[in-house]
Amino acid sequence: MLTSDYVPGDSVVHRARPLIKVGLLFLVCTWLFVREGWLSLAAAGLVLVAFFAIARIPPKIVVAAIRPALWVLGLVFVAQLFLADWRFAGFVVLRFAVMILAASLLTLTTRTSDLVEAIERALGRILPARSAEAISLALSLCMRFIPRVRDIFEEVKNAQRARGLGTSWRALVTPTIVRALKSADEIARAIVARSPDGPHVR
Amino acid sequence: MTNDTTRDIVLIALFAAIMAVLGVFPPITLPLIGVPITAQSLGVMLAGGILGARRGALSMVLFLVLVAVGLPLLSGGRGGFAVFLGPSGGFLVGWIVAAFVVGLTIERLWPRLGHVNAFIACVFGGIIVLYAIGIPWIAFAAEISIAQAFVGSMPFVPGDLIKAVIASAVIVTVARSYPVITSP
Repeated sequence: MLTSDYVPGDSVVHRARPLIKVGLLFLVCTWLFVREGWLSLAAAGLVLVAFFAIARIPPKIVVAAIRPALWVLGLVFVAQLFLADWRFAGFVVLRFAVMILAASLLTLTTRTSDLVEAIERALGRILPARSAEAISLALSLCMRFIPRVRDIFEEVKNAQRARGLGTSWRALVTPTIVRALKSADEIARAIVARSPDGPHVR
Repeated sequence: MTNDTTRDIVLIALFAAIMAVLGVFPPITLPLIGVPITAQSLGVMLAGGILGARRGALSMVLFLVLVAVGLPLLSGGRGGFAVFLGPSGGFLVGWIVAAFVVGLTIERLWPRLGHVNAFIACVFGGIIVLYAIGIPWIAFAAEISIAQAFVGSMPFVPGDLIKAVIASAVIVTVARSYPVITSP
């Protein structure tokens, strides 16, 4: 569940610093709206194709990246057909496709851990150490909590089934949340008790 | 870090994780309208309604950061930066504000919290405010009018109303058995 779609490689695109990639993505997407036209779209599209080729992303993965958006893009196309003409409809949908693929390229060529690290480092530079530390803690805690919450949910589901209760949403969600909150409070107490400067007295 | 901030961080991380787990449930498709309902927008209402405005909104920020860096945590296994650039990106960003507004409303109603006003808080923050951000975003990105984006979004409302009913019931029960928000 916690694996991103990273495609291993050693190209320039893979090796570029993660925050540079995020910055470029932001610039390209803004530019596509500011300089709205076929020329800028074609330019962005060509650069994107070149980058996909340099990074050696298999075509199958490119198709898989755009597939979840196809349904919505089809809807937008039909709406634009009625509003404007087929050319403008095509433009709007292609612009979405370019932006979605550009963003996918970032995900496909950057390890999640590298991106998280880059974000933490950048935040550490602009935020006081204490806040940056808090953000790192929140990120790693969340990754730890995902399997824990899933386990709690499974336990609650089995318990309700054993009692012969139906699996209504409310009967499942409420006990899961209360048990998750209790477990979170235990972890919070453990962190405070083990922190180097000891528990603070309120 | 004081004891209180540590607890805040743990709770924020917990609700981001709850969002991720809610994304695993397969979407239920409404028989008449044919629109998939995902469990995740339930998590938005719960985060605000159980943690309060500030922590609820921060848990959404944390969850969306994890999605943006490429983890496939959105329902249907979607993730990565691309999801924010699609037409419905405004709804994702709107989760932050929605959780904040649900939380703020619940905090205000805290001393006389009941099923009816919890439901109102969920509808106000989790539906009205959320759509007020998501709809103009679709209209801008897809270059359609606000009215058309509005009509296109309406099929999702029945599902969201069902989620507001569930969320308000859970919020009230949790408020009575394990309250996290402290009364002002």
